[in-house]
Amino acid sequence: MSNVNHGRRAFLERGTLVLAFALLPRAVRAEFNGMGVPPVANPKLAGSLQRTSFLDAWIRMAPDGKVTVFSGKVELGTGVRTALAQVALEQLELQPGDIEFVQGDTARTPNEGFTAGSHTMADSGSALLHASAQVAALLRQGAAAQWKLAPDAVTLRAGRVVAGDGRSMHYGEALRGLDAAGLHRAASATSPLRPPARYRLIGKPLARVDIPAKVTGGAAYVQDMRLPGMLHARVVRPPRPGAKLVRADLDAVRRLPGVRHVVRDGDYLAVLADDEWRAVQAMNALAANAQWHGGTPLPQADAIHATLQRLPAQHITILDRGHVDQPAAGPSVSARYTKQYVMHGSIGPSCAVARLDGDMLTVWTHTQGVYPLRAALAELTGMPPDKVRCIHTEGAGCYGQNGADDVAADAALLARAVPGVPVRVQLMRDQENLWEPYAPAMVTTVRAALDGQGRISHWDYELWSGSHNERPGNAGKLVPAWLLAKPIAPSPSQPMPMPEGGGDRNALPLYAIPHARVVNHFLPVTPLRSSAMRSLGAHLNITTIEGTMDQLAKLAGVDPVRLRLDHLDAEPRARAVIDKAAARFGWGKSTPAPGHGHGFGFGQYKNIMAYVAIALELAVDKDNNTVRIVRVACAADCGQVVNPDGARNQLEGGIIQAASWTLHEQLRYGPDGIASMDWSTYPILRFSGVPERIDVDLLDQPGLPFLGVAEAAQGPMAAALANALADATGARRHDLPLLGRPFPA
Amino acid sequence: MTKVDVNGRVLDLHADPATPLLYVLRNELGLNGAKFGCGMGQCGACTVQLDGKPVFSCVTPLAACAGRKVRTVEGLGSAAQPGRLQAAFIAQQAAQCGYCIAGMIVRAQALLDKVPHPTDEQIRRHMEPNLCRCGTHHRILAAIRAAAGAPA
Repeated sequence: MSNVNHGRRAFLERGTLVLAFALLPRAVRAEFNGMGVPPVANPKLAGSLQRTSFLDAWIRMAPDGKVTVFSGKVELGTGVRTALAQVALEQLELQPGDIEFVQGDTARTPNEGFTAGSHTMADSGSALLHASAQVAALLRQGAAAQWKLAPDAVTLRAGRVVAGDGRSMHYGEALRGLDAAGLHRAASATSPLRPPARYRLIGKPLARVDIPAKVTGGAAYVQDMRLPGMLHARVVRPPRPGAKLVRADLDAVRRLPGVRHVVRDGDYLAVLADDEWRAVQAMNALAANAQWHGGTPLPQADAIHATLQRLPAQHITILDRGHVDQPAAGPSVSARYTKQYVMHGSIGPSCAVARLDGDMLTVWTHTQGVYPLRAALAELTGMPPDKVRCIHTEGAGCYGQNGADDVAADAALLARAVPGVPVRVQLMRDQENLWEPYAPAMVTTVRAALDGQGRISHWDYELWSGSHNERPGNAGKLVPAWLLAKPIAPSPSQPMPMPEGGGDRNALPLYAIPHARVVNHFLPVTPLRSSAMRSLGAHLNITTIEGTMDQLAKLAGVDPVRLRLDHLDAEPRARAVIDKAAARFGWGKSTPAPGHGHGFGFGQYKNIMAYVAIALELAVDKDNNTVRIVRVACAADCGQVVNPDGARNQLEGGIIQAASWTLHEQLRYGPDGIASMDWSTYPILRFSGVPERIDVDLLDQPGLPFLGVAEAAQGPMAAALANALADATGARRHDLPLLGRPFPA
Repeated sequence: MTKVDVNGRVLDLHADPATPLLYVLRNELGLNGAKFGCGMGQCGACTVQLDGKPVFSCVTPLAACAGRKVRTVEGLGSAAQPGRLQAAFIAQQAAQCGYCIAGMIVRAQALLDKVPHPTDEQIRRHMEPNLCRCGTHHRILAAIRAAAGAPA
């Protein structure tokens, strides 16, 4: 981070940061675009058609009838490649195996910004649903014109347009009956959508198209790319951010077997070799002989929350209803909850491949956003954006912003050192862990009160959080840019506006409360680099809200599920998932066994997306300071379900991943730096700790909009765990992770 | 040269005998199944079998494999003709990102080769060294159970 971070720190110490932000013109703030998407061209269209309106940006038919479908959303391991194809092909009467499906390529696909925030089905799925319905109508029209029939006298069947008399033609032929524009026409505001009752692909548990290669050693990931003549590169990062390179013996490393280049640019170091293991050995040699000085000290981990509450902040009131400062008639609760920094912890360290051909740079990357990354790489390399092509190629699951963008920058920088030669760079485990942008540490405080009739009357809530979105952005959002002789500083961090929210995601209770105030203290500069990780602030906000609901229920003397239902009169879909999870679990039907606890958690993701309710039972193991999750009952409403098995897989994954975060995970660090360099210093849930049983019920909503599901369970699961632990032990823990300290005897 | 039986074929491998087996499999033999995860034997993404026992190929030097049998996920079947355990993983849709899955399959196969009908407790204990970050554990367990229960 060199100069950059010293600058950021000095800024912070002078306490002028808020002033700097206040001086930002309003227009600049308005331009901030957390999802990295282009402007809306037509607000009347569905999903991403609003921003990319031409049908042939999404679906093309070659003269020979071959069909290609395009999406700007990418496969991050959630199964969207299959689910998006199901939607796109529903009315084209094709199967996923019949088409070429191109995702996330700046030379070919629409710009849909980042694949993030459980937006894929809502944005790209809705676009493809409507685009394909309109294309299907054009195919019928084109064929009918050639046969001189009415368009409704022809149908699509198994990839052909068919007339009543049995004549048929493929889709390439059908398009010849249209004017010269073909499919290059803007989408209409209305689409001839098939009634959901007649869906043949949507709502069916189609097998994922990517799994067979993944279980048999097929080339499935950017890590598996082998281009002719490819060199392997490894980077040497400073021991900590802000450290300056004093000296390094590059020549000694150049003499090692297989080493082709050793690159130094300021504090940036890398090696390129003809073989991967030789590159690793050269990296080790370079790391051993490089001498560094200084570095930005970090705070003590146990003081981080007090630190956060003292940092310069933007104070954003996101709800102010009624008169929260006037006294309530009934009893009240107040609490402060905290969360430590958490790591994405992708199983595969980030990797990228790049090649410079003449004036054209191609980067194969598992970024969440090929277009925003392209802009940042163009700035980093000084190349025009149209001379940089980013092609999404799968990596290990990222769960938000991991090292993918950083290593793409490494590949781009190193490819320039060897024009014409492809360069593959993979981070080592410690590099991934020490330099990834963590999920931010957070603090929430809540004061809530009942009226005289046992209803919630007051809700006063505050939260403190650093940035949940440091994706590119400018080139300075990429770690390698900080290290160069001419470093590029990150553009200032900005809060993500509601209704999506960042730290304040799901900070607004869905419950009907007459007097409520919610304030987001957004911290533009915090001690550690942080960015998006599944569910963002919802993880701690829902834990806080749902913990408070349980405490209020106790004050009111009612069952906690009853209290929730009583405050959701205007939310029938919320009540339905709560009822379903409670019924599946048998909520209130039995008393937990000694040492066991029952817990409930509910949330509608961002208050605008999927509804999830979770009831669970856990057993406390005081001897080992741990818990056993006995059973989990989850009910979810994610609108029209596209692939029920895929949705279940994501919900199960969210439940297990959130159990790991909530029970066990915290980044270890101190003034000398980050200690969580591997899996022994950053333990995550293993097979022995996963819930013994998980039941998922999907409340399908045929015909309603698609709502994503990959981030919807994390908040409710965390809340249910905290509530069940409180039920089991009689003492509520407000600090995540919940485990790692002894239970009282 | 190091002579190693890889998936039933005896090969003369050129890499420096000190090279971790993982890099030899991926780069000299072009096999994708074993993955680099941590390089420290902590996550299991690189799991292969050595004489039938699951090992971390990232910390197993090639020299240690001389004259022995290495089996990778490629040795269990192909996408066109998946082996029984691979087919069970496909049937259970037991992957999310899938980066850990080849290692999971190879480790599980080592158990099934020794204990054809393991209990749930045996499966969980056997799979403990391998990490999955997506939370696919229940499907992995279901696939192993299904393969164990399937008729020969």
